[in-house]
Amino acid sequence: MNAPVKFETTLKDWETDQEVRWCPGCGDYAILKAVQRTLPQLGANPANTVFISGIGCSSRFPYYMESYGFHTIHGRAPALATGVKLANPELDIWLVTGDGDGLSIGGNHMMHVLRRNVNIQIMLFNNEIYGLTKGQASPTSREGTKSPSTPLGSYDRPANPCAFALGSGARFVGRGFDVSKNLPDVLKAAHAHQGAAFIEIFQNCIVYNKDVFEDFAAPKGAEDRQLWLVPGEPMLFAKGTKGIALDTQKLALTVVDVAGDNWQDAGVLVHDATNRSLAHLLVEMPFGPFPMALGVLYDDPRPTFETAVIEERARSSAGKDANLAKLLAKGQTWTVEEKAQQSDGHPA
Amino acid sequence: MATSAATRPQDTDIPEAVVVRFAGDSGDGMQLTGGQFTLSTALAGNDLATFPDFPAEIRAPQGTLFGVSAFQINFGSREINTAGDAPDVLVAMNPAALKVNIAALKPGGLVIIDTGEFTKRNLDKAKYDVSPLDDGSLAKWDVLAFDISALTIEAVKPFGLGNKDALRSKNMWTLGLALWMFDRPRDPVHDWLRAKFKNKPDIANANIAALDAGHAYGETAELSGPIKQLHLPPVDSAPGLYRTITGAEAISLGLVAGAQLAELPMFFGGYPITPASAILHHLARLKEFGVTTFQAEDEIAAICAAIGASYAGQLGVTSSSGPGIALKTEAMGLAIMTELPLVIVNSQRGGPSTGLPTKTEQSDLYQAVYGRNGDAPMPVVSCSSPSDAFECAIEACRIAVEYMTPVMLLTDGYIANAAEPWAVPDPASYTPFPAKFLQEKNGGDTLLPYKRDAKGARPWIKPGTPDLMHRIGGIEKQVDTGHIDYAPDNHQAMTDARVSKVLGVTIPDQEVALGQPGGKLAVVGWGSTFGPIHQAVRRSRAKGLDVSHIHVRHIWPLPKNLGELLHSYDNVLVPEMNTGQFKTVLRDQYLVDAQPLTKTSGQPFAIAELETAIGRFFDGIEGNEGGEVSVNDTQLPSPELDA
Repeated sequence: MNAPVKFETTLKDWETDQEVRWCPGCGDYAILKAVQRTLPQLGANPANTVFISGIGCSSRFPYYMESYGFHTIHGRAPALATGVKLANPELDIWLVTGDGDGLSIGGNHMMHVLRRNVNIQIMLFNNEIYGLTKGQASPTSREGTKSPSTPLGSYDRPANPCAFALGSGARFVGRGFDVSKNLPDVLKAAHAHQGAAFIEIFQNCIVYNKDVFEDFAAPKGAEDRQLWLVPGEPMLFAKGTKGIALDTQKLALTVVDVAGDNWQDAGVLVHDATNRSLAHLLVEMPFGPFPMALGVLYDDPRPTFETAVIEERARSSAGKDANLAKLLAKGQTWTVEEKAQQSDGHPA
Repeated sequence: MATSAATRPQDTDIPEAVVVRFAGDSGDGMQLTGGQFTLSTALAGNDLATFPDFPAEIRAPQGTLFGVSAFQINFGSREINTAGDAPDVLVAMNPAALKVNIAALKPGGLVIIDTGEFTKRNLDKAKYDVSPLDDGSLAKWDVLAFDISALTIEAVKPFGLGNKDALRSKNMWTLGLALWMFDRPRDPVHDWLRAKFKNKPDIANANIAALDAGHAYGETAELSGPIKQLHLPPVDSAPGLYRTITGAEAISLGLVAGAQLAELPMFFGGYPITPASAILHHLARLKEFGVTTFQAEDEIAAICAAIGASYAGQLGVTSSSGPGIALKTEAMGLAIMTELPLVIVNSQRGGPSTGLPTKTEQSDLYQAVYGRNGDAPMPVVSCSSPSDAFECAIEACRIAVEYMTPVMLLTDGYIANAAEPWAVPDPASYTPFPAKFLQEKNGGDTLLPYKRDAKGARPWIKPGTPDLMHRIGGIEKQVDTGHIDYAPDNHQAMTDARVSKVLGVTIPDQEVALGQPGGKLAVVGWGSTFGPIHQAVRRSRAKGLDVSHIHVRHIWPLPKNLGELLHSYDNVLVPEMNTGQFKTVLRDQYLVDAQPLTKTSGQPFAIAELETAIGRFFDGIEGNEGGEVSVNDTQLPSPELDA
């Protein structure tokens, strides 16, 4: 979105000379490739692109992107990115964070970057575990997750990243997973969105939380377990044999069978990404009884924070003279003359 | 008393300096009264210093002891450095204000009392069993007690206000009396009231009427005897244009000036905290100077956003007070590691934890110099007065930009709120230090983001610059390339480079503020203790004592000549409003036997306290029998000195 001029690059142009140090088989590799594949398609300019991250496995991401990059401190990337964006709104900023970085230590900043609507893309790699610190339960770990810090299984209820984002006031909520071929489309939609775009990316930590997403991410049976949301299209899955409808009595979503092409008769909803009420239902739609909702769950832009800051600055400065000498001598002043003193007692 | 020997009655009818304290309920508008009296005093050409002392509660229950708010001003026809020790005049608007403040009043001083507030209920709230007006307990002072409340209601009657609204003008009535007592002009207050109540002319006029009535009361009362008008001639100041300024204003203006000298837009990230918020408020109104202010979600976000702005090529600034500075600590480490310019203003207050939010202290020096994980060196500059704060803010900006480093600027609650006359500087008299941004690769075909210049600073590279893409972060950097590098030799080299860069910051040699190098005693201060130390040393020298005042602005790195200078004295005394933090630094750096004089009552040093402490070093010297100087108010000798 940010770069008005399309820049010609290839995937290779976005690779750095640094050795990638994630564990072999980590889902991060797939996400890295998906991003490096997407940026040339967006016509992004590496010099104008900034990747900003916090701390954790995912936050090593900037080192592998041949753009500007800032690997900050744990949880604070949204705050730092806000400063970068306000200082130079022309920069195209991608934030990389994880479930611990973005929702635990940095949950506060995540909430505020979303509610302020700073125009950046936020990729939250959710592997439901603390990887870099060797496998403790995270705020998104499912109840009962056994880890070094929860040997008998975790007992705190997990946070739902997309529900958190929506509740914080996000105007774009998307979802994908590391090896999905559709991930670039979600990234592109996020990039096209003017404002804070939140993307939850399920990421397989093969060392500490292996295959926790297999039940919907595995290629086999994916049709039955993934609902890819496309604005303007009916919410169909299982090769069009099932769909999502609204139970108007319970104000809840429900799975309906679709006979042939008659999804309309079955009451299947058409995805309206600007419908905030629908977005609330979709982010809360539990996997299991329902397929996993993926793609663009919500996309309804509002004016961005940096635009408001620029406008306020202009309004505040209007008609004022930025003369430092005058500013210093503002208010009531008096003059001490050579030898004799006197005061004028009037504003300068 | 404290202000000057000349205020003692036997010296002259017209004192050189007078200390007035306005005290009332926090709802009585004492800070406004004090502020306006200050302005009128400045316009009359006196030198002055003020000390606002108000409760942490926004609306403390009316009439209570803890709801008392006071404003002290010391003004005179000679140089004034402190708000004065003991007041000559106390204005007490209710029993609680009297109870809290009367002990400080100089014996023989004048206390003006509003008897209209001395009701049974208010006396109970102030924990008076018997009215002090009736029990003779005020005998050692001149008491001027009359019903200010009733007189105010009478004065504003033509404006048809209810009693409750009418009584709101009580502070203006009192101000009018005070203006008369010291022959101050009323016009500036009239102008101010008209501007403040532009849309409520009735309120403006009622307040003006109250002010004029108080003034007229003075004229009448003089005829009948109890009070006399006192005219203090203007101070002999250097020629030039003057205004009054508080420390918070001076820092804000200094930051704006610093950003201009660096030719950079300024980004200010802040979070509300007492007493630092005033800087955010000032800067929020100066957007035309290329200032962006950002009220962040917390202290950490405030500094991180400022670091982000510096990374993107602006001058990042953040500001807080002790507890907030503690929260920013990790991010300071990031700014040190990524070597980005940043100014961190710490308006110190009493601690630890929430401590004394509205009271002053200097207890964050360790935090500033040492308080980070890892070897994390950072320059520290400290302001000694409201006007000095302007210079220090510029200095902090200069060091940050020239050395690519975060800089901490220490001020405190006293400086932030206190006002003093300020010779308005000419911005053109400052040497610019324009920031330079790298525009092309600096290592032949490669970019070296951590290649240092002669000062040890790395290049500043703005994202958006073509062909200079690179990555930075908090992980240890490889020398020159900035790549991640955990190698032992590399960490040693980078630690050394960070330390030597900061130690190599060019700062002026230390000068002696009063006295001369060498001698019996040096009193070494830093920060807002300048005023009381300076006056105490001045008076001690007037008595013939061989004592000098050294005031250190650059806390880190310390001036190159400071060690040699300190060793040229037989004794070194370090007064601080903490438990001896700078003393420890001096001992560590110079193996000098620096003696502490500490105070952590939340109140600034009194001149008398310092004179006493100085006196102890001159036992048996003529003019100082018994090793003490004579003072007439409470002394708080330091336990360390007794030991």
